[in-house]
Amino acid sequence: MTDKLHEFVAKLKTEGPAWVSEVKDALGEVTVTVPRENILQVCLYLKTGLGFDLLADLCGADRGPEEEPRFEVNYHLFSTTHHQRLRLKVLLSEDDPSVKSVTSIWKTAEWHERETYDLVGVIFEDHPDLRRILLPSDFDGYALRKDYPLRGYEPYSMN
Amino acid sequence: MVKPEFDRRQTMSTAVNNIPSQFEVLDNPLESEMTLSMGPQHPSTHGVLRLDLRLDGELVLRAIPDIGYLHTGMEKLFEYKKYQQGIVITDRMDYLNPLGNNLVYVMAGEKLLQLEIPERAQVIRVLFCELQRIASHLVWLGTHALDLGAMSVFFYCFRHREKILNLIEAASGGRLTPSYFRIGGLMMDLPAGFDRRCKQFLDDFPEALETFDTLVTGNTIWQSRTMGIGVISREDAIDWGLTGPCLRGSGVDIDLRRDNPYCGYETYDFEVPTETDGDVWSRFMVRMREMNESYKICRQALERLKPGPIKADAPKVVLPDRDDMRKHMDSLIHHFLIVAEGFNVPEGEVYMPIEASKGELGVYMKSNGGPKPDRVHFRGPSFVNLSALPVMTEGEMVADVVAIIGSLDIVLGEIDR
Repeated sequence: MTDKLHEFVAKLKTEGPAWVSEVKDALGEVTVTVPRENILQVCLYLKTGLGFDLLADLCGADRGPEEEPRFEVNYHLFSTTHHQRLRLKVLLSEDDPSVKSVTSIWKTAEWHERETYDLVGVIFEDHPDLRRILLPSDFDGYALRKDYPLRGYEPYSMN
Repeated sequence: MVKPEFDRRQTMSTAVNNIPSQFEVLDNPLESEMTLSMGPQHPSTHGVLRLDLRLDGELVLRAIPDIGYLHTGMEKLFEYKKYQQGIVITDRMDYLNPLGNNLVYVMAGEKLLQLEIPERAQVIRVLFCELQRIASHLVWLGTHALDLGAMSVFFYCFRHREKILNLIEAASGGRLTPSYFRIGGLMMDLPAGFDRRCKQFLDDFPEALETFDTLVTGNTIWQSRTMGIGVISREDAIDWGLTGPCLRGSGVDIDLRRDNPYCGYETYDFEVPTETDGDVWSRFMVRMREMNESYKICRQALERLKPGPIKADAPKVVLPDRDDMRKHMDSLIHHFLIVAEGFNVPEGEVYMPIEASKGELGVYMKSNGGPKPDRVHFRGPSFVNLSALPVMTEGEMVADVVAIIGSLDIVLGEIDR
């Protein structure tokens, strides 16, 4: 972890002590795990207070049906001023895989969140237009979940 | 005598009765919003993109991109393939920049494995990525000009791109799907006489660049079709996550080769061209000047090419040489194990971004310790750049939509994955 990122994480902790549940520093990358109810405040502070103005990527992942919490959403932030990168992670349970949408902070999240909803099945609350983006609207199931078979359940036909 | 009022509605409705609602003939088409479906077979959408254009006469009120026609479930497929098998899938994503896709995938694997890559392999990677960037930009220039009605540029561009593809074919055996980079180094060393062929291409290239400049840059029709079209401001460009030439065209000076260096890019001498207007012309100028910078990097890389190993010293990950397998028992065992069972990658997760020809190409790779990745996610620059299309096209003329799509330089293989 570079000194600058150290400083940012420390600032984040002092700004909101409840915002950070875990900080992991591995392979030269910093992962901050955020409780799901705080993600909007954390993102807003990182963008306006610490200069992480570009959301490079947002992706969901399924850890497997037996894991708890089952789903995770990763936010990869980048700053166009100090060129640092930070990963935020939100863990979601299988019963309620929903998290607040960050489209109000970064407009680019719109398509990323639609893709995550489409393939992993995470619901983003307050998203302006949450519908499938890559798969057809009548597709059944979420393709990137671990319990979804590679070849699908039955041959898909367009009707 | 009073002229009888002509009732258009009555004459219309008598013709056919059961018309589906979307094909219904409107009484006053100019007074209402019209929806036009552009694509997915429209040649100027560079693949299978469909746009829902809401038009007011010739003005675009809103353009809603509809993607997914080329979706092949690659991210799912990665989870079922060993790490080394995933490389060939990446070729098929951004098929104009396959070596960039190879690079980002193998570099994510190398970061998880903490491998040191020898100097010669790094230099060859830089050389090929820059050649590929030129090739990708040449396709963009040719098709972009074709969309705007300049036919001959296309042939000039493809003639020079063909030379680069021949160089890539000489090294890897594949023109569009090279799969040349492997986790731990390269597939094989450069063939004999490659330096000479590459030099020959580079000697001719400045002249070719001048030809392109003469053909399009100074052309007044070209200028009037591109200047002030599809403007996106600096703040909007960052907000919409634009990267690469699209972001630099809006005046943001970001190039990951310089700001988050990889492969030893920090030791090369090159400039990052930026423009401030954020229109089609700015993005065009950034790419034109970028080709010249890539040319400069190629020259430097070719000078640095010294004999040496091209694979990392990691016998459990990197395939051994054929010759070693005939002489050493352990090489044969390692070869068998890597091919049959794959190699285990330590647990962890990485996000590896590179500056591909279209912008930031990132891969999120997560391993749970086995020979297959747990999750691979690609952040395609085309995907994110296309999402900003509604902002750029709002209020433009319908004829300029193709100019704006061309200036984004999208590849649908990467958007749909």
